[in-house]
Amino acid sequence: MWTRFKRWFHQWGSPKGFYERSQRWGFWLGLAALILIPAGLVWGLLFAPQDYQQGHSFRIIYFHVPAAMLAQSAYVFMAVAGLVVLVWRMKVAEMMLKSAAPIGATFCFLALFTGAVWGKPTWGTWWVWDARLTSMLILLFLYMGVIALYGAIRDRQIAGRAASVLVLVGVINIPIIKYSVEWWNTLHQPATFKLTEKPAMPVEMWAPLALCALGIYACFAYCLLLRTRNEILEREKRTLWVRKLLTKEVESGV
Amino acid sequence: MNAVWQVIRRDVTLAMRSRQEVANPLIFFVLCASLFPLGVSPDADFLRPAAGGILWVSALLATLLSLDSLFRADLEDGALEQLVLTRHPFFVLVLGKVAAHWLLTGLPLILLSPLLGVMLFLPQDVIAVLMLTLLLGTPVLSLVGSVGAALTAGLRGAGVLLSLLVIPLYVPVLIFGTGAVEAAMQGMPYNGQLALMGGILLVSLVTAPFAAAAAVRISLSA
Repeated sequence: MWTRFKRWFHQWGSPKGFYERSQRWGFWLGLAALILIPAGLVWGLLFAPQDYQQGHSFRIIYFHVPAAMLAQSAYVFMAVAGLVVLVWRMKVAEMMLKSAAPIGATFCFLALFTGAVWGKPTWGTWWVWDARLTSMLILLFLYMGVIALYGAIRDRQIAGRAASVLVLVGVINIPIIKYSVEWWNTLHQPATFKLTEKPAMPVEMWAPLALCALGIYACFAYCLLLRTRNEILEREKRTLWVRKLLTKEVESGV
Repeated sequence: MNAVWQVIRRDVTLAMRSRQEVANPLIFFVLCASLFPLGVSPDADFLRPAAGGILWVSALLATLLSLDSLFRADLEDGALEQLVLTRHPFFVLVLGKVAAHWLLTGLPLILLSPLLGVMLFLPQDVIAVLMLTLLLGTPVLSLVGSVGAALTAGLRGAGVLLSLLVIPLYVPVLIFGTGAVEAAMQGMPYNGQLALMGGILLVSLVTAPFAAAAAVRISLSA
């Protein structure tokens, strides 16, 4: 079991192995996202019951909550990748960290944007400086810092390690976001999903939300694989296997 | 311990040879704080409640400006490499450099703050609280900032990038620092905020030197 896991890990850890293996995974993840997100959104936006207080306006939850969850998870993922980079100097982890940053930043922005759109009808204002919103804004700045650091350092390997340090320092923000709605009195409502308790809404309301969340995670994984594959081709372009692969593609007349 | 002391002494002596560079962040601090009465309103009714925030933001920006020189000169002339090669654990020496940086920027900022507090119509007992928050907060600014300074030490034109990396990490200490001043202004207890600031200081004291040392090593390998 252990040796099998180790072999599996090493195969995914080499750029070539990752490139070969990720193609099939990418296909299935992309397909899952393509089915789950539209299904969840159509169910949530058209068929789920109205909220007794907020009416139809609560339906933006079906995009807002998955995006916010993903923005935080993507950062945690980057932190784990950063640890792997610093401890084991794994090339693929470095590339995945770099690839994850813009996707996480995008979803963080979308979470803030949809939150503002939702806040206008329900709170009467686009923005309040409360703990949850502010800590999400800081998360966006942290993402931008990582991207900027990558842009500033020419040497890719050093850029990867520097970004890892930065991501690990910034990970302190994640528990602050998570518990901001419990530690401080805020306008923002508490967490929708908890691992230990049943959600406070009926199943017709949270089931589509769960579909959307799963779909967005699949979408993230798909984008991540796609970007990492590109990064591998770019960085390994001098190796024999990439040159062979590319000449084969050119010869087959694409 | 002796090695830390040597690093502090060396950095302070070096800084004292070029006093203008030590004075510049302080002048910036005063200038930045005096922009608010000129730019927003010289009215005491506006300035008194805003003074804590104005002074904290100005102190934060002044520290940020001084950070760039923390590792840069030593990296360029090779002194940093020699420090890494000594038999002492490197994070301890980084702690010494951060302490020297605080002595040269944080401490003078704290000593200057009552003057500006009076100019911004802050009541006297609140000025004491402000100094206390700065005493707990400016070491955090130096410690957390050292990580950003170490990451960008080898880069050209890193000033803006450094701000981009470090400002998000400064937010908690800013919030609690101004929160304590605000609470004191309204006559409410502020020891909760001070306790949290002490906690932040301790956490950054035990983590930031390691992160900064790792970052210096990365910058050196470039």
